[in-house]
Amino acid sequence: MKILIKVNDNPLEWEKNMTIDTILKKMKYSFKMLVVKVNGELVKKSEFGNFIIPEEADVKVIHLISGG
Amino acid sequence: MKESRSAFFAHHDPALIDKIRKAVVSIAGAGGLGSNVAYSLARVGIGKLIIADFDIIEISNLNRQQYFIDQVGQLKVDALKHNLGKIQPFSEYIMHNIKIDEDNISQIFGEADLLIEAFDKAVMKKMLIEKWISLFPDKPVICASGLAGYGRNDIIGIQKIDNLYICGDQISETSGSISPMAPRVGIVANMQANLALEILFQDISAGSCNENID
Repeated sequence: MKILIKVNDNPLEWEKNMTIDTILKKMKYSFKMLVVKVNGELVKKSEFGNFIIPEEADVKVIHLISGG
Repeated sequence: MKESRSAFFAHHDPALIDKIRKAVVSIAGAGGLGSNVAYSLARVGIGKLIIADFDIIEISNLNRQQYFIDQVGQLKVDALKHNLGKIQPFSEYIMHNIKIDEDNISQIFGEADLLIEAFDKAVMKKMLIEKWISLFPDKPVICASGLAGYGRNDIIGIQKIDNLYICGDQISETSGSISPMAPRVGIVANMQANLALEILFQDISAGSCNENID
């Protein structure tokens, strides 16, 4: 059976050794300035390539866009 | 003065007045978002506003920021304090002419019940949010992202992640051809201010849909 994670409440299939970079690519999130939380924990940009996403993770990605 | 102070609050739900007067809100930035947020929260009568910015008013700011043409060249924090005092002098307006960085966030804004992010640049928004979350995980931070251009009311929304709130469409970027304009910046700023009230008053049941408004 497929294991799913949630990315901004959208289901995405979990893969072994999945990282935040994997998710951003799959979701086609191309903005540069992002704040990412995995199960409520803030993940810094320097960790995007090696933070391993656990099964059934709740991932939130916020796009920060200039303008104010 | 005391009489006009009571008169100023006469239209509020009495259950809210104590909360309003004791509330402390920090606003990071006094541009399009920050000046509009400050105007609304001052009109509500929030007890203390702490506002930081280091910019000078330029004539190009007047398309969306709450300043006047005779204030061009003044520091935003000085002009905003003056304008807020003209709306109502019963609140405390603590202004900081300073550039916010990771090392002064706590000292400048830490006293507040919640923080409103009202910066222009995405890199500054990110710095502020990440630092605030690590310093004060229990204190809400209300951010804005995606407000340039005009129209498209229906795609402006709010995303909530624990104590982090994001108002805006998370799509519309300021660029050469898409500039921020007063209505959309004002909408997002007032969503931030409105959300701040909802958070401050969350344990008061009378709050959000008062039928006795005259």
